[in-house]
Amino acid sequence: MFTRVVISALFAGCLAGLIGGVLQLFFVQPVLLHAELYESGQLTHFGSSSAADTHHTDSTFDLTRDLLSLGFSMAIYVGYGLIMTALMAFRLDNDDTINPSAISPHQGIIWGLAGFIAVQFAPGFGLPPEVPGVASASLEARQIWWLATVVATAFGIWLIAFGRTPVVFGLAILLILAPHVIGAPEPQILQGPVPPEIASHFAARALGVGMAAWVILGLCSSYFLAQSHSDTD
Amino acid sequence: MTNHTISRSYSRNRLLPLIMAIMLGVSVLAVAGHAQSPTLHGAAHDTRHATGFPCH
Repeated sequence: MFTRVVISALFAGCLAGLIGGVLQLFFVQPVLLHAELYESGQLTHFGSSSAADTHHTDSTFDLTRDLLSLGFSMAIYVGYGLIMTALMAFRLDNDDTINPSAISPHQGIIWGLAGFIAVQFAPGFGLPPEVPGVASASLEARQIWWLATVVATAFGIWLIAFGRTPVVFGLAILLILAPHVIGAPEPQILQGPVPPEIASHFAARALGVGMAAWVILGLCSSYFLAQSHSDTD
Repeated sequence: MTNHTISRSYSRNRLLPLIMAIMLGVSVLAVAGHAQSPTLHGAAHDTRHATGFPCH
């Protein structure tokens, strides 16, 4: 079972991370590089020197940097894939309602969307994906809030998906709401050098690419899990 | 029915491998997404920003 889960997660995570990484380099990276020009002071927001040059595109191509981004994208989605595939296998083991031998590709996509909501959309509701250079609260506080939000939201979504009583649904809603009622750590002073137009564009692009990668992860995890199931059993 | 019962009790013993797979996933994410060593941070920087991890 361990081998099944790990191999399925490796295939699915590499594929989702590779496609997500390419989408990231194409759609997110240009916005990030543009923001870094403001972070480093080469461009200034409301500055006198280069305020006219708002559509500057940084065309410097850094192979090492881009390959590292692809590699880490694959590693991150393999990590998420391991957790999601294990949860899928757990669900199959404990599901006596429907055909328990496989999760269909369509169900896989829903698993992927649920994963996206749990690890990117819900934490992003309080801590939007940060472009380099924006003002933010202390790293440790944000990491703790991020982790707590991911765990609470994932558990909440699980209860909505597989719970059977109104009390469980109520508990799920409380779990999903709680991190946002408590609130994410916020910076003391808002004085980031990056224009809000770039920051919001970055956040939207990061969430969109994340959703695409997660849909692929869910689809591939269900597919490879079913494949390995028919191979070994 | 007997087979079904056997397979379900067997499935209880399959929890440990799943927990191990989840722990492996968490470790990979801790290194790729959260660890703050300067080299690791520099290498993973763009992807951490793009996937919504708190980066720096």
